Amino acid sequence: MSPVHRLRVNPIACEAHGMCHELLPERISLDEWGYPILDGAPLDPALLAHARRAAAACPTFALLVEQRRRD
Amino acid sequence: MTLLPLPIAAAGPSVDWYLTRSTGAVALLLLSVAVALGVADVRRLATPGWPRFVIDALHRNVSLLALVFLALHVVTAVLDSFASISLTAAFVPFVGSYRPFWLGLGAVACDLMLAVILTSLLRRRVGQRVWRATHWLVYACWPIALLHTLGTGSDVKAAWLLLLSLGCLALVLGAVLVRVFADLTRNRVRGRGLALGGAGAFALFLALWLPSGPLGSEWARRSGTPPALLGHRAAKRSKIVVSR
Amino acid sequence: MSVRQPLADSRVYLAERSTPRERGEPGLPRLLSGIPASGALPLGEHLALHGPLPASHGRGWTRARRGDGALIEEVERAGLLGRGGGAFPTAAKLRAVAGAARSTLGGRPIVVVNAAEGEPVSAKDRTLLRSLPHLPLDGALLAARAVGAREVLVGVCESRPEVREALASALAERRAHGADALAGTIDVQLHPVPHRYVAGQESALVNHLSGGPALPTFTPPRPFERGVRGRPTLVCNVETLAHCALIARHGAEWFCELGTDEQPGSALVTLAGAVVHPGVYEIEHGSSLGALLDAADGPTAEVRAVLLGGYSGAWVDGSWLPQLALSDRQLQPYGASLGAGVVLVLSTRACPVAELARLTRWLASQSARQCGPCVFGLDAIATVFEQLVLPLALDRRGAERRLRTLAATVDRRGACGHPDGVARLVASAVEVFADELAQHARRGPCAACSRPSELPGLAR
Repeated sequence: MSPVHRLRVNPIACEAHGMCHELLPERISLDEWGYPILDGAPLDPALLAHARRAAAACPTFALLVEQRRRD
Repeated sequence: MTLLPLPIAAAGPSVDWYLTRSTGAVALLLLSVAVALGVADVRRLATPGWPRFVIDALHRNVSLLALVFLALHVVTAVLDSFASISLTAAFVPFVGSYRPFWLGLGAVACDLMLAVILTSLLRRRVGQRVWRATHWLVYACWPIALLHTLGTGSDVKAAWLLLLSLGCLALVLGAVLVRVFADLTRNRVRGRGLALGGAGAFALFLALWLPSGPLGSEWARRSGTPPALLGHRAAKRSKIVVSR
Repeated sequence: MSVRQPLADSRVYLAERSTPRERGEPGLPRLLSGIPASGALPLGEHLALHGPLPASHGRGWTRARRGDGALIEEVERAGLLGRGGGAFPTAAKLRAVAGAARSTLGGRPIVVVNAAEGEPVSAKDRTLLRSLPHLPLDGALLAARAVGAREVLVGVCESRPEVREALASALAERRAHGADALAGTIDVQLHPVPHRYVAGQESALVNHLSGGPALPTFTPPRPFERGVRGRPTLVCNVETLAHCALIARHGAEWFCELGTDEQPGSALVTLAGAVVHPGVYEIEHGSSLGALLDAADGPTAEVRAVLLGGYSGAWVDGSWLPQLALSDRQLQPYGASLGAGVVLVLSTRACPVAELARLTRWLASQSARQCGPCVFGLDAIATVFEQLVLPLALDRRGAERRLRTLAATVDRRGACGHPDGVARLVASAVEVFADELAQHARRGPCAACSRPSELPGLAR
């Protein structure tokens, strides 16, 4: 069973720097105040590397790539 | 030209002497650019052609490059035989014999920069709070680095270094002004006041100190150059030999 | 799945007017049984009314001798759902904490009684604590034993000194009486909690009790894994624990004699607004909203709408009243739920738009201010409503569309449920008050806008 990866944001840590949207526009859009909107769906394996890069670029580590075993 | 900066005849300054001054100047410039980018805030500087993650990466990479040049600056200063600066003096402030106070400021700035960069590289490990608290030290590191440049550097009266230093000052002060007067809808009066006050005080200090200090007479002696080297300086200016 | 018809003799009982019922009798009242006209029911009378706290031989504890698991199993069979607003199955919570305590090295679990009651309209928890403190205390001690905790922390709102005093007296009574064989091993402490809407939120309460601010935190980890001081924490509402205390004595079958299949038992509701006798009532799940209003001697004026669940609940139109029954499944087609048990009646005399302007501005002020979408979104929502009631607003057109968009934008974008509640409130308001909103969008404030508010508790 391949693991499932999902994006999550810690809304308390998020300060609307917006780099996540620049690095993963396919899955992250910004609301009118600059805060990320995530859809919660699993990540394509093709986008995983980009998602990890977006999470590493976040200045407050608010963006998280979470992994769950698919049961 | 030899690649290794070997100590040469005491008749003239070594390659290291030039290298340490040039790498120091570049390090100051790069540090100033990095600080300006950080102060002005990525969110404000971004344009469609220069997205935020690029400017943020620029800030990080310029800082690392500044660290590389700082390392070269320290190594060549230590290897240079003229002023006999020990490796310890590069990191432990005020223990050297050559212009101890002004060199010591360089050691302080070096330590602060190492702290900031190391915590940034290990940000996930040390946590957001430690990282943020340490990053504030940049506001001490940069002015100290500038004072070190003006106080220790023997080229301070030369136009190139003076212009460079003033340019760096303008760059950082400009970034501070941009940040202070940005987004005035949010209150933050105390922060803005402190920033303006600090920047203004520093600029004022430089304006008062420079003419009577490094740009004044006999600065080499007043800044703590060992007497044995004082005579050499006059000789150096008139007869400069560089090994080829 | 059929809805069981309510028992013929089940009634709704006003807290101030209920009469004591013998232990285990059918019908209502249950929780409110024996509530005194003033002061708190003393321990002796409480024990006479409900019977002793089950040790290991209580009626209904069929597998009592196995110890800790018995209460959890009984509560599971009873199908008790949490009464703090989340309607989460209580047995699942108990199991999760007991399981976390066993599996992790997190230490001995802690039980937290959530008596913060940050919802301004709700009075049920403080009514229980002030007048019948021994019932929720019984429940807290039983829950502590069930999960293996030795500490119970009661988070009481700091602006309700009468509640704290009643609890302190009740605890002193229990110690003096020696009533609980297990009370001696379980330490119960009272902790004041700031008077804020979000302070009663589970992670905010745990944060405060751990020494931090009374502000929500990012979860995971959830309190049942790592809560107060890093230990597995059971956070339970006052009323939920009171139900546990009765289930432990009389059993799951007794509990399910009232209520519906999905939502068995009784519940406390706070009836407020334009009714003759507002107050705390005990109802049977599934009984009609009309019956509740009748028990309160009816509304004071024609009913425009009813807010169900609290200030983060949903509006239902007054014309739907005859069809509305008080259970989550029956309210769901109308977009509402019982939530924290608040039933707030708005009359036709009030201007709904003006009331919503006050309400949404208050809700925006209660934001913990930690998450951007909440801070900016709730302010934007309040501003839209305020523009509709200001005489010289610049742009009122598109208010309804803007409100829908904002509600969808803030929903589930914060660390806690506060923006979700506002989204629910606004989405239901846009449906129910569509006419008034359109009128205000065209013509600005109406005559009723300046009338005093029918909504309680917005002063702070």
